[in-house]
Amino acid sequence: MSLYAVQKFLYRLNRDPDAQAAYRADRRASTSSFDLTDEEREALVEPDIGLLFHLGVNGQILMHFAALHHIEWAAYLRLMREGIETHGPVREGVYAVTGYEGVDAHAASLGHRTTRSEERKQDHECP
Amino acid sequence: MPLIFAGVCSHAPGITGRRLLADPDVRDDFYAAFDDLRTALEAARPDAVVVIAAEHFANFFMDNMPSFAIGMADHYEGPIEDSDWLAIDKTVVPGNRDLSQRFITEVMKGSDVSYAEEWRFDHGIMVPLHFLTPRYDLPVIPVNINCQGPPLTPLHRAWAFGESIRAAADALPERLAVIGTGGISHWPATPDSGKINEPWDRDFLDRWARNDRDALLDYDDQQLYADAGQGGFEIRTFIAVSAAAGGAPGTVHFYAPIPIFAVGCTVATYDLAA
Repeated sequence: MSLYAVQKFLYRLNRDPDAQAAYRADRRASTSSFDLTDEEREALVEPDIGLLFHLGVNGQILMHFAALHHIEWAAYLRLMREGIETHGPVREGVYAVTGYEGVDAHAASLGHRTTRSEERKQDHECP
Repeated sequence: MPLIFAGVCSHAPGITGRRLLADPDVRDDFYAAFDDLRTALEAARPDAVVVIAAEHFANFFMDNMPSFAIGMADHYEGPIEDSDWLAIDKTVVPGNRDLSQRFITEVMKGSDVSYAEEWRFDHGIMVPLHFLTPRYDLPVIPVNINCQGPPLTPLHRAWAFGESIRAAADALPERLAVIGTGGISHWPATPDSGKINEPWDRDFLDRWARNDRDALLDYDDQQLYADAGQGGFEIRTFIAVSAAAGGAPGTVHFYAPIPIFAVGCTVATYDLAA
């Protein structure tokens, strides 16, 4: 364990109104039946979107979790980028298969000219 | 009744949820293409629409992940997402349990599938329905191909599954339409969201429109991930529709990268009468 357990917790939370109510009532207690490390549990309780992305949570799961917290789209993207900057490349999961090292690395691998500063500019243009 | 309609479209949540952030001109052209797709679908007078989707952990998880799943219920709820975030109200979408059961029975003759009497729709089905059946008055048979949790459904199995869907549709007396919905290249919900590999998309759509089986199956997942992102895995839904169309030629009615929607927005159909 326990990327699987982190994602399983989020999977249930994203789709189940009862799980959402339990999470709202007591975030930490709602994680108690899941086999999580302290780091993972704190990331879910905080919530720390950047750390969860670094840990390898699939974006399709993380996106719904961010929406649950009413985190705006541009902020959601920024939090993931900051997570990679702070904690390093994605540890495991889909994005680690080919090494997710951040926006610039992906842009370069595709031959895109998009630079980090341009990405930031686009980020700020979104309300 | 032979399959009466086959098409594909995008489903990214930004298409509805971030509609106010998009360039209005290109957005409205895209929405108009969706309207045309709805008009064509309605003109075919389907009894039900089979939606071949790539759901995003709304129902299926790595505790028991099916390669293929088909819904078998009289109604489905959706979206699971926050309604304000997706800009689609929570609703009940009609299904048809009896029709699903007969459809699944026929599909199983050619492909091994899981069936599900419960299914909560996420944006992968709700966004297409928002445009194609806005009154939610057409029964839906939801279908899923695992495009999200590796090991993924192999492309050639997605093709075979599409053939099984065609055989099932042809065998039943109802008038069935098929809509596939997925990527093409995109990096959804990652820090690279908004990146779109347009040359790669256009090459894929060329293969799709020619309905060239060998070319459509000539992708390796590792290279596909590098070129087209995790969202590119969703070509499985387009490929299944190609197979269901039985070699018919296709037309891409709309394609435009819309970064704030985080996908190359696509509307295309096959000409089953050709």
